[in-house]
Order: sequence, then C-alpha cells, then structure tokens
Amino acid sequence: MRRLILIALPYLWLLALFLVPFLIVIKISLSDVALARPPYMPQLDLSAGLAGIKAFFSELDFENFFFLTTDELYWRAYLSSLKIALVSTLFTLAIGFPIAYGMASAPREWRPTLMMLVILPFWTSFLIRVYSWMGILSNTGLLNNFLMWTGIINEPLQIMNTEIAVYIGIVYTYLPFMILPVYSTLEKLDDSLLEAAEDLGCTRTSAFWRVTVPLSKPGIIAGCFLVFIPALGEFVIPSLLGGSQTLMIGKVLWEEFFNNRDWPVASAVAVVLLAILIIPIILFQRNEQKQREAEQ
Amino acid sequence: MPQTVFAPWEDPGEKPLIQFRNVTKKFGDFTAIANIDLDIYGQEFFALLGPSGCGKTTLMRMLAGFEKPTSGQILLGGEDIVDTPPNKRPVNMMFQSYALFPHLSVWDNIAFGLRREGADKATIETRVADMIRLTRLDKFARRKPHQLSGGQRQRVALARSLAKAPKLLLLDEPLGALDRKLREETQFELMDIQEKTGTTFVIVTHDQEEAMTVASRVAVMDEGQLVQVATPDRIYETPNSVYVADFIGDVNIIEGAASQTGDKVLVSWAEGASPLVATTQALLQKDQKCFLAIRPEKITISAEEPEVANKVQGEILDIGYLGNISTYHVKLPTGHVIKASATNTRRIGRRAFTWEDKVWLSWTDTAAIVLER
Repeated sequence: MRRLILIALPYLWLLALFLVPFLIVIKISLSDVALARPPYMPQLDLSAGLAGIKAFFSELDFENFFFLTTDELYWRAYLSSLKIALVSTLFTLAIGFPIAYGMASAPREWRPTLMMLVILPFWTSFLIRVYSWMGILSNTGLLNNFLMWTGIINEPLQIMNTEIAVYIGIVYTYLPFMILPVYSTLEKLDDSLLEAAEDLGCTRTSAFWRVTVPLSKPGIIAGCFLVFIPALGEFVIPSLLGGSQTLMIGKVLWEEFFNNRDWPVASAVAVVLLAILIIPIILFQRNEQKQREAEQ
Repeated sequence: MPQTVFAPWEDPGEKPLIQFRNVTKKFGDFTAIANIDLDIYGQEFFALLGPSGCGKTTLMRMLAGFEKPTSGQILLGGEDIVDTPPNKRPVNMMFQSYALFPHLSVWDNIAFGLRREGADKATIETRVADMIRLTRLDKFARRKPHQLSGGQRQRVALARSLAKAPKLLLLDEPLGALDRKLREETQFELMDIQEKTGTTFVIVTHDQEEAMTVASRVAVMDEGQLVQVATPDRIYETPNSVYVADFIGDVNIIEGAASQTGDKVLVSWAEGASPLVATTQALLQKDQKCFLAIRPEKITISAEEPEVANKVQGEILDIGYLGNISTYHVKLPTGHVIKASATNTRRIGRRAFTWEDKVWLSWTDTAAIVLER
C-alpha cells in the first residue's frame, strides 16, 4: 500500500500539473474563437446531459491547425526559433565547456566558490538581468560608449533589436545550464585515466579528445538539451532584445494570446511547439537513463 | 646440469637497464626522494617496498614520466630520460585504480596504445589477440570494464600495459584491490607472465609477502631513502637494520651492549641475566649499543631446560593460533616479551603448552642477527 502511494504521488503530480492543463490547451486549440469570456467556444454544458456532450464534441475541429499551415508566418517562426535555439546551444557549449573544464581542473578548495559564481546570477530576477543587457547593448549603451571612447568605431553599432542581441541574451541566460552538467561529469573524471592515455602514447591534446571528451559526453548532451529546449520556446529575451525584426515562436504565441486574443490559434501554436519538443525531450530522457545505468 | 642463477646484479660486467643517479625529488619543502642511487637490470622483477608515504610511488612515477626529479639523472638503457614525456618512453604502467577507459571495450582498451603508435590493422589484431590469450580474457573481449569483476579488470589492465611490449613495465600496487585468495593466485600468474614475456617489471607494494613472493630483488624504502636492496632471502635472513628486520615478517628485537671476541658477540641485555651469544661479520666496539634480531620460528620452546647457547625462562602470556602454526608470547622476568612460533604438529587439544605455563625458550648462536642500528 505504501509503495503504491509512493508510486502514485509523482503520477498524480504529473496528472494535475501537466496532463490536465495540457488537455485543456488541446481542447482550446480545437475550439473556435468567440467574442465571449472565455474567448472561445464551444463550452461544455453538462446540464444538457449526454446530448450536450455530443454537441460539444461535434463542434471541435482541426481548423486552427490548418490555419497554421496557410500563413507562412508560423512555419517561418518555427524554423527561425529552431535556428536561434540551435545556434545559441552551440555557442553556449563553446563557451560553457572551457569554463566547466577550468572549474574541474581548479584546486579542490576553489571549486565551491567557482560553482557559487556560476549560480550567483540566479539571485537576481531574470527580467532585470535581461533589461540590464538593454543598457549594455543599446546604441547609447555601455558597450557602444566604450567602443567609441577607445576610438575603434565612430558610429554606434546596431546590436540592440537584432538577432545578435537575442543570441547574446540566450547564451548569457542559459550558460549555467550548460556549465553545471558538463562540470559534474568532468569533475568525476579520474585523473589517472588521462595519465594512462599519456602512458599509452597520447599527447595531452589527443588524450583530451580521446578520453576527456567522450567521457564528458553525457554532460554535454544533458547541457545541450537543457539549453535547447527552453531556448526554442523563449519569449522574454526575443521580445525585449530582439525587437520587431526577430521572429520566434514564443513571441508569436504571446501575440496571438494577448494582442489578438485568439486563444484557439495560440493554443494550436503551443501544441505544435510541444510536438516539436517531444523528440529532443525523449532523447534527453534516454541520455539520462543511459548515464544512470553506466554509473551503477 | 647446474642451473644458472639469475643474478645480474652480482656481475660487474652487466649493464643495468635503469640507473638512478643522485635522484632527489622535492614537493615544496617536503623531500619525497632523498638522493637515491639505484640500478635495476633487464628482466628483473624488482619490488619497491615500504609504508605509505615512503616515496616508492614517487620513484615509480618518475620512471613513468609523470614526475620530474628535482635533481639527478634517470638513465634507461644508458640514455637520460628525465626530459622525455610519458608518451615517448618505452615504459608502460599498470595503475593502482587500473584506469581502464570506461567508454571502450576490453578489446579497444588493449588496442589503445597500439593504435596511438599507428600500427597497422593486422598487427594490432594479432597483438591484441595474443594479449587476450596471455591474460585469459577470451570470453570478455567485447565487454565494457564496468561489466567485469575486479580480477578480470586487473587482467585487462595488465594486458593493456603489456600490449606495446614495453622495455619496462611499472605496476603500482597491482593486486591491492583483490581479495587474499585471488591475490595469491595472481602473484604466481604475474611471475609466469613476466617470465614468458621477458619484460622487466618494477612493482610498488606495501605488502611484504607480495614483494617476497614475486620479486627477484626487493628495495625496502623509508622516508625517501633506500634502506636495503637485496634478494628476498637476504632481506629476511640478513636485514641490515632494525627497520628492515621489523618491516619484513615477525621479529624479536633485544637491545644490549656488545663485547666481541672473534666472530662471537656477547650481548648483555638485562641486569642479572646471562649474556646472549651471536655471530657476526661486523666489528663492534666494547660496550657498543647493538640489537639482536631473532625470528620467532628460530626459537625453540620447551618445558625442560635445553642444552643450547641461548636460553631464557619465562611464562606464556598469550597464544596466537593461526591453524598451521601457533605463536607464543612469553614474558621474561626482565619484562621483555619474546615471540616464539611452533608448528602445530599435533591437534590443538593435545597442545603441550597453555597459558601461564613456565617454559624455556632457546636458540642457537647463529640464529640471531646482530644489528648496529
């Protein structure tokens, strides 16, 4: 009995906080927009009994999903989001791996401090941190002022309201999610493995590629997914830093919901986004499981 | 046909494979190795023995190239290798943790070094197959290290370090992680493999039995220095100091003052007790402080007073029963406690002596070793 409760608990949690809301979103995506509150129909009328339920289901259709294919805005937004998420993941890896590597090879007594420094930005609100990037990147911001002061440039660089600003924002925000899993695999790496590789004829560099990198692969994969998945649906960073030029699906979603008040189309966008994300999420889960098995 | 004894260290014409010349290694203020000179010959099975922190591992890591001596030279086949990086030395090491690559199969682990050498595919395949046969790993070639038992991992580590046919193989506590029974079996396996391949082995261990079993010569180390370098039987029978006598096996140490006539030494060791007799090659001064080292198995225990050069009477304080032998701890009236061991030729119920019995302990004049330090 106690075991049953233990198993049931996470499932109930998932059911209440993920599955039920998701079913509601699916239901809205199949409805029609209406000038009402809530702004869609049909509504389920249980007082009419079985006939009411039948009428309710007969009014649901896939119209909104078809609509997504007719307007090129949507698929362009999906593609652009995929591209931005992918490129920022690669940049995060390129910056995060050396940081994690440096942390793991730092003296043992330094590591908790370095770890603290990585986590420290979380102590400030995410929104404030993104706003402060506006202060750095804007045409009269810190960066441009500094570059003009040194005389490298005469005209301010247009970084704000471009995709570059979005990349900077995403890489900055998600860097800890890359560093931490990579660091945890690198820290567990036995130094004698590298010595063994050298002993068997590797140079320092080839030992890195043949031993360190393959053994930190689970951390790299976990970090990439932890960055890629939220970056794909990112909304705050593109809307604050990307301006109107940047097309990302998170922003489209927000606009459908709050500017157009078209909840059914917005829900359809969300459902498609989730469908796209399911593949990387499953891959991520599989990676985690493999790692757990290897550790046993 | 007389069998030739393997003893290159006694032949002055023989060239050593490895030479340490005035090698010192310091870590900050700490001196790990203090001015060591040591020759190791080809095809030797050489053991570095000592307690943890005595510098034996540092000495080995300098041979592998992971540490550089602070001063001095290390010659391999007459060439100074101090500045040669580990990957350029004809030396391979078997690590204490085995350091098997967890992402590679047994086969790939063994082939790792050969691949880095750039050997062609056919050579790699025959060489790996040879190593797998040598270490009896045929059934496990496709497995990953985490699917193997401790003993199997140990054999993979050995196969991997032998695959490149190094001139010198270093073994860092190779059997430390195995249980006793497996360890003893593996010791003989190691000796077999060493003989078959003709590779020079240098083993680091803190287990004196292991060193005695496998090695052609043993170097006993203490605080960064070599205390004695000799064959196992000489280390045991003629230790050069109380430290070595005490570190190798069980021993009774009796301190006293010497008075020598010819090769006989009389050692007065306690008020009112008759002096003990021993023989020595050394020359001791009158009343010089010295130590007698007597192995427990060289002491005879009896109820009647025997007619031997050295005898003392005492009372049995304790009996250590090990099955095949028993060790008696006998307390003398002077306060000394002497250990004497006897083979249990009779069943335990018929044992001749028990607690608090008065017994005589005796040994011949050649049984004890006279030590000056």
